[in-house]
Amino acid sequence: MSIRSIKENIVEDTFTEAVETSGRSLIQSAMLRFYRNKAAMLSLIVLCLLILAAIFGPYFVPFNYEDPDWSAFRAPPSFESGHYFGTDQNGRDLLARTLYGTRVSLTVAFVATLVSVLIGVSYGAIAGYLGGRVDQALMRFVDIMYALPYILFVILLMVIFGRNVFLLFAAIGALEWLTMARIVRGQTLSLKEREFIEAARATGLSTPAIIFRHIVPNLAGPVVIYAALTIPEIVATESFLSYLGFGIQEPLTSLGTLIAEGADVMEVLPWLLFFPAAFLVTLLISLLFVGDGLRDAFDSKERKR
Amino acid sequence: MIRYAFNRLLTTIPVLWIAITICFFVLRMAPGGPFDGERPLPEAVKANLAAHYNFDKPLIEQYFIYISDVVRGDLGPSFTTLDFTVSEQIAIGLPYTLILGGAAFFVSILLGVAAGVYGALNRDTYSDHVLAALILTGLVVPNFLVAPIFQLVFGLQLEWFPVGGWGDGSLRYLILPVAVLSLPHIARISRLTRGSMIEALNTNFIRTAHSKGLSDRAIVWRHALRPALMPVISYLGPAAGFLLTGSLVVESIFGIPGIGRYFINAALNRDYGMVLGTVVFYMVLIMLLNLIVDIFYAWLDPRVRTR
Repeated sequence: MSIRSIKENIVEDTFTEAVETSGRSLIQSAMLRFYRNKAAMLSLIVLCLLILAAIFGPYFVPFNYEDPDWSAFRAPPSFESGHYFGTDQNGRDLLARTLYGTRVSLTVAFVATLVSVLIGVSYGAIAGYLGGRVDQALMRFVDIMYALPYILFVILLMVIFGRNVFLLFAAIGALEWLTMARIVRGQTLSLKEREFIEAARATGLSTPAIIFRHIVPNLAGPVVIYAALTIPEIVATESFLSYLGFGIQEPLTSLGTLIAEGADVMEVLPWLLFFPAAFLVTLLISLLFVGDGLRDAFDSKERKR
Repeated sequence: MIRYAFNRLLTTIPVLWIAITICFFVLRMAPGGPFDGERPLPEAVKANLAAHYNFDKPLIEQYFIYISDVVRGDLGPSFTTLDFTVSEQIAIGLPYTLILGGAAFFVSILLGVAAGVYGALNRDTYSDHVLAALILTGLVVPNFLVAPIFQLVFGLQLEWFPVGGWGDGSLRYLILPVAVLSLPHIARISRLTRGSMIEALNTNFIRTAHSKGLSDRAIVWRHALRPALMPVISYLGPAAGFLLTGSLVVESIFGIPGIGRYFINAALNRDYGMVLGTVVFYMVLIMLLNLIVDIFYAWLDPRVRTR
């Protein structure tokens, strides 16, 4: 290759880079792709509405989620009585309960995702950055954990630590970080060869400082995408456990608990199953589409397919 | 081939051992013993119980006793069902779980592959979109929600099938639980098949087969399907695991006396011995199934062996 052609290449490269930076940044173009994804945008709107309803909804419903309405037991949904979703056997307003349950389910999902992100990112970044034997040992442990049936493990933990909601968050989060660790490790392996890491090392920064101040912030993209895909999984897991009776217990309630209660009486009081189920399915579908949309928008490999 | 199988077996054993170790110590960390009932027991009774279950020995010795028992197929005593050991209870429940899981396994493969091939051949038509929507529903709606809905519609309203139970074990009792259990896997397998089938149909050897004048049917079933099934086969290992954990819910809801129901009841009653034993058994079973699938995969695709 002649020097001239190399030079041309360089000029071309810088030129295209310059165009890109002056035009759209990586994040901007990803956002644009996300906006154009109708399913993802619609899901995002639905999801926002659900989250707002879960946060503020209970304050607008005139009934409390745990107080019985003595004038309306087993009332079917109606506009006149003000129980839009009906009431359960104890006269508790289902709308208030469903909104509250959505709130609990979402809280569990966000906290558990946060735990899984914290563990997964630190673990993966440390394994990837340190490399060598440490990396091998750490990743072998991940392989072993992968081989275990995860739901059994969560049940095992729930049996031991009792029905504590906060431990439920932690238990799910502490077992959901495996894939995150793998993704982060892979990204770290390529990141640590980059010049700015070399520069950081040359300035004499300590290894933890390099990992957490220089590597981790640069992992934000894949971490956010994968975390978004983790949330629906955790919502499903939480409601699965609550349905079986290992998760959220009375007087607290979650969508899974409500569905379990509704399924028992579905023949006579079908609305008790229908509304929580509709909320759960809507929540899962919108979370899934938003996560998928984010992945398609950010991940160039997925896009080319 | 045999060497591959042997190596694969050798890597499974330490994983299994570590897993059992983790479970054992995690359960021993549990606050309170299994006999802390509502009424405090007399000291002498407590001591006798502790001696019977080896709780008076040091933890590490208990661990070695447990491991050597497990190796010999004894999963220890149950703490609430005193007449049966864990192994005996599992032996009672296992046939039901295996029939249920096995049926769901084959139904998932058959319907999943059929739906995937159909989707790939009728790509972007109306029926493909309908199928895709159905598949998405199957993926998203959790089985503990599908089960009561099926019971309500097919059991109570239409009265086509019994709502639950095992009865005489005839097909009528199996259809609803198997349908619920296999639904998400039909969805996943058909997605996998559709994708890889489309890929396979675009390859050169399929074009060659077309130009040889082979019939469409022969091309699809004899030439394209084989490579298209490879990702499906590699999914079968995890699928077997998911089917077993899924059967926890399905057995509880439909009242099938399999291991899943024992496990859930034991966990709710905090029967540590039974929980530990069942988890260990599930892990052995899942890893064995994974092993079989991996070896089968290596037999089909020689490239895996040399890796």
